[in-house]
Amino acid sequence: MAQPATSTLTTSPGGGRQHEDGTPRRDFLYLSAAAFGATGAVLTGWAFVHSMNPSADVLALSSTEVSLAALQPGQSITVTWRGKPVFVRYRTPEEIAKAKADDKADLRDPETDQARAKKEQFLVLLGVCTHLGCVPLGQKPTDPHGEFGGWFCPCHGSHYDTSGRIRKGPAPKNLEVPAYTYLNDTTIRIG
Amino acid sequence: MAKYDYVPSPFMSNPIVKWVDHRLPIFEMVDQQLIKYPAPRNLNYWWNFGSLAGVMLVVMILSGIFLAMNYQPNTLAAFDSVERIMRDVNYGWLLRYMHMNGASMFFVVVYIHIARGMYYGSYKAPREILWWLGLLIFLAMMATAFMGYVLPWGQMSFWGATVITNLFSALPLVGKSIVTWLWGGFSVDNPTLNRFFALHYLLPFVIAGLVMLHLWALHVHGSNNPLGIDAKGPQDKIPFHPYYTVKDAFGLSVFLIVYAYFVFFNPYVLGDADNWIPANPMVTPPHIVPEWYFLPFYAILRAVPDKLGGVLLMFGAIAILFVLPWLDTSRVRSGRFRPAFRVFFWVFIVVTITLGWCGAQLPEGIPLILGQVCTVLYFAHFLVFLPLLGWFERPRPLPASIAEPVLTPAAK
Ligand code: HEM
Ligand code: FES
Repeated sequence: MAQPATSTLTTSPGGGRQHEDGTPRRDFLYLSAAAFGATGAVLTGWAFVHSMNPSADVLALSSTEVSLAALQPGQSITVTWRGKPVFVRYRTPEEIAKAKADDKADLRDPETDQARAKKEQFLVLLGVCTHLGCVPLGQKPTDPHGEFGGWFCPCHGSHYDTSGRIRKGPAPKNLEVPAYTYLNDTTIRIG
Repeated sequence: MAKYDYVPSPFMSNPIVKWVDHRLPIFEMVDQQLIKYPAPRNLNYWWNFGSLAGVMLVVMILSGIFLAMNYQPNTLAAFDSVERIMRDVNYGWLLRYMHMNGASMFFVVVYIHIARGMYYGSYKAPREILWWLGLLIFLAMMATAFMGYVLPWGQMSFWGATVITNLFSALPLVGKSIVTWLWGGFSVDNPTLNRFFALHYLLPFVIAGLVMLHLWALHVHGSNNPLGIDAKGPQDKIPFHPYYTVKDAFGLSVFLIVYAYFVFFNPYVLGDADNWIPANPMVTPPHIVPEWYFLPFYAILRAVPDKLGGVLLMFGAIAILFVLPWLDTSRVRSGRFRPAFRVFFWVFIVVTITLGWCGAQLPEGIPLILGQVCTVLYFAHFLVFLPLLGWFERPRPLPASIAEPVLTPAAK
């Protein structure tokens, strides 16, 4: 086969053209085709995967407003937010004192009580055990409250204190404090 | 291509069969792989459980498809649609009882099938890939059963789904996003139920595909046998039909009696009464337990007082089975010739059943401690006992061939 004078290409044993260093020119075509194909597959795959993430209507779930006016010290209410229970507890002075005293205790997930309650009497918590997601007991006076006087998760035995901090059991974290704001002295908006 | 001296069955000379086979050799395959297929002559009844598992897969797919014709995968309708199947759909109760109890029977059969493999060393060379495929089937079965249990949308459905999906939140960094992705929201909810139904419908067919590969791998070297030695020649084998078709059919009849007892006389004994309460995301039942077939693994999860540690150990309990062929250092396959292994094998069975018992109890006091002890023993079996046994045990002498102990009674 005749070689064009200007070319740095020679003919490979298979008949295809190759560069002087012996790499076949087809390699470029194979590589770019494979790269395009792989990119397309990954991008399409991502669409499939992402379709399983929360959809726009789920993300648009509203926030919840809660009135605390009727609560008496020592009472708790459970409200629903994003399909999950939120605990609101009007804590007694003893509970607050205990929570503050325990700021210095040996905590698995150290946090001060002050950082967890915007107003110290009202504690707002996501009622979802940080172990595997059960709803801890302790909202009713007759419920078990665990060894630290707060909440107790019966699923695998996690104990939370009067600030909702994890003290014993398999859960790794304190009960989460959801984002909330006081609209006035006795109303909060969660979310 | 048959690797044995294949003599076609008489029906193979039928002109229609010939016409078809010339285009798609399907009769030839059936004849070679199922009818004339040479199997070891000494298979005992523990070898029935593979075909029983296959029958259960068919039963589950059939009953499932007919259930799906009346089931509604929507949180508002799911629970009531199952009630409607039970009360209003003609024979709906039968379909559901077959499916519900069928899942339990499927696991009984597969657990025995796996234990058989462990006792007779069926995972050893050259059957490692066969063993892996079996384990993949087991994993897919667990995923299928877990998602199926969510469908009736009772309290145990909901909270089982919550706890199990939350296992992934133990992973560092990505854990939470993975859980949100699995849920399609911020808690187990309608998107979760929908996708679980889609996957519950799909996975059994994936299992069917894996079963094909499992059988393909099986037929490369043929079945292991109670002696654990390779067949030395034609005198060690008999054709699958009629010998094992009859034996399998007999075993199936006995098995169906047990299955029918549960379906017709005691359909709820294996279930949990809490699943008759419609799902309530605000209240966790006081005592969450998975279905019985998950209990040993659940006990391992709870034995560790650390979230990530528990999750890793639980998955590790299954993952370790994949390397079993290399942890067992003995060159003798069958437990029949391994006096020390035999003891440890039964200890292992007792440990696993004890774990199952612990998994059903509240995680405190004696069940918790017993669960921890058994967790250690479970892993020790694979990581300590089996590797050492291969070195220290003196196996009993192996027979020269499969036929020898049968044909020469004195040699028994
Ligand atoms: C590997 C095979 C399968 C296993 C182990 C399995 C397991 C289960 C389990 C444990 C349940 C919950 C039963 C209950 O408590 O009510 C269930 C429900 C269900 N399954 Fe399956 N299943 C299998 C195959 C299938 C297939 C192929 C379909 C076809 C679509 C199907 C459709 C359903 C439906 C519609 C329900 C909800 C109705 C009900 O709860 O009784 N399943 N499955
Ligand atoms: S979910 Fe609360 S302790 Fe496990």
